[in-house]
Amino acid sequence: MELVKPGLGLIFWMTITFSIVLFILSKFAWKPILNSIREREDSINNALNSAEEARKQMSALKADNEKLLNQARAERDLMLKEANDMKENIIAQAKKSADEEGRKIIAKANESIESAKINAMNELKAQVAVLSVDLAEKVLRKKMEDRAQQESFVNENLKSITLK
Amino acid sequence: MQPNNKKIFRYLIPVFLILCYIAYSSVAVFGQHESHEATADSLTTTTHSEEAHGAEAHDANAHGAEVHEEGKVDAGKLIMEHIADAHDWHIATVGHSHISIPLPVIISDDHGLKIFSSSRFEHGHATYEGYKLEEGKIVAVNADGSINEHASFLDLSITKNVASMLISVIFLCWIMLSVAGHYTRNKGKAPKGMANLIETLIIFIRDEVAKPSIGPKYAKFLPYLLTIFFFIFINNLFGLIPFFPGGANVTGNIAVTLVLAIFTFVITSFNGNKSYWGHIFMPPGVPKALWILLIPIEIIGMLNKPIVLMIRLFANITAGHIIILGFFSLIFIFGAMNQTLGLGVSVLSVAFTTFMNFLELLVAFLQAYVFTLLSALYFGSAVEEHHHEEHH
Repeated sequence: MELVKPGLGLIFWMTITFSIVLFILSKFAWKPILNSIREREDSINNALNSAEEARKQMSALKADNEKLLNQARAERDLMLKEANDMKENIIAQAKKSADEEGRKIIAKANESIESAKINAMNELKAQVAVLSVDLAEKVLRKKMEDRAQQESFVNENLKSITLK
Repeated sequence: MQPNNKKIFRYLIPVFLILCYIAYSSVAVFGQHESHEATADSLTTTTHSEEAHGAEAHDANAHGAEVHEEGKVDAGKLIMEHIADAHDWHIATVGHSHISIPLPVIISDDHGLKIFSSSRFEHGHATYEGYKLEEGKIVAVNADGSINEHASFLDLSITKNVASMLISVIFLCWIMLSVAGHYTRNKGKAPKGMANLIETLIIFIRDEVAKPSIGPKYAKFLPYLLTIFFFIFINNLFGLIPFFPGGANVTGNIAVTLVLAIFTFVITSFNGNKSYWGHIFMPPGVPKALWILLIPIEIIGMLNKPIVLMIRLFANITAGHIIILGFFSLIFIFGAMNQTLGLGVSVLSVAFTTFMNFLELLVAFLQAYVFTLLSALYFGSAVEEHHHEEHH
């Protein structure tokens, strides 16, 4: 069979040609092609990784922001509450002091009214005393106009006085 | 516009050179044919139209359909001539003259190197420097013209297969180097055009063939795997082109597949690690008495791998060519019986051949892939580490 008998010349040329092709392609074609394919794949992988990283950082940042916002909100609420408390305190205190003041004023007024009353009473008493003395004088005078009566009175009084 | 002009020149120069060569050789051949026909007419009766004058005798050396005196077409001879290697590149037959490119003959014998054009043989009619063509093969002849069976010489001619291989290899290198250039010019960018196509195949070989078959050490073998894949693929495709620069049967030639298989075998053997050779010469887990039996089996198994590679590619590609040529021969076989019958059969033949050509396109890729995959598997077995064997 001519077909399955390998020709020597063809083996010779094939070996030489194939070796040269293998060398040329390995050195000048496959090396740069495979290198740049690998580089591109690496760069794509890197880009994907860094995108993932950025997304993670973004979400972390967002979470941070959320936390900060919540904190601020809580702080604001606290401040508002404190202010409210203070306001109420102040109002209560003001009320209290006003009450006290009022009470004091009332007490003072009462006191002065009392003292005025007492004074008036005293004056009245003195007036009444003077008037009664006057009246009594007048009455006495009228009664003592008679001599006999004078003497009887004096004697009566004298009797009541007991010497010790 | 400067780079564009350059690009066109790059395309044009090889095409121009090839055209020049064809033109030159056609003229040379025509010239020789005229003189040859004049002298050889007494010996040869050439048919003017092979189909119409099927009954007429016809020179057996013609490359078209061979019609013999009995009016029968020798399809087997025709097919074998197309599949076999040749010393000239037949392009077409116009009337009774053949347009073919004579290829250089290189013979190394006791008298040194002889280099001359195969046109000197005048298609087997002439003897030159003590050699002549016999059934397409160069044989040494004695002074009286009889064939010298005992002469020892080396036929290193640039045959049709060598020339076709050189063309396809130049084409392959040109494509790959321009693709490599594209990559160095557009670093980090997405590939375009041819680079995109080639990259798909390269990544296919890398990720689907090399990585799973070889494992972590795949990078070392990748250049070889890519080279054989594209070499076989390109040559398969060139083989499907019915005329110049295709038409040769490079990957369907056993010498070519033999060399490829030897390359795979040598690389496998050189990269075989301890466990690979240990498996062959000291089969683990087997009593020593059985080694006498097992070692030869292992050695046969080792040698079997490249032989299988060689035969698979050769047989697949040759079979495809034979089927296609067979369908075409049917036209001439029936045409020799009856012209109308031949025309009728031609419709069927062309339909079947079209189908076969599509199938062959698939086979061209498939066989390149299979050869590469099996080579990768053999490399994988050579570099694989077996740790579990030690525990037996």
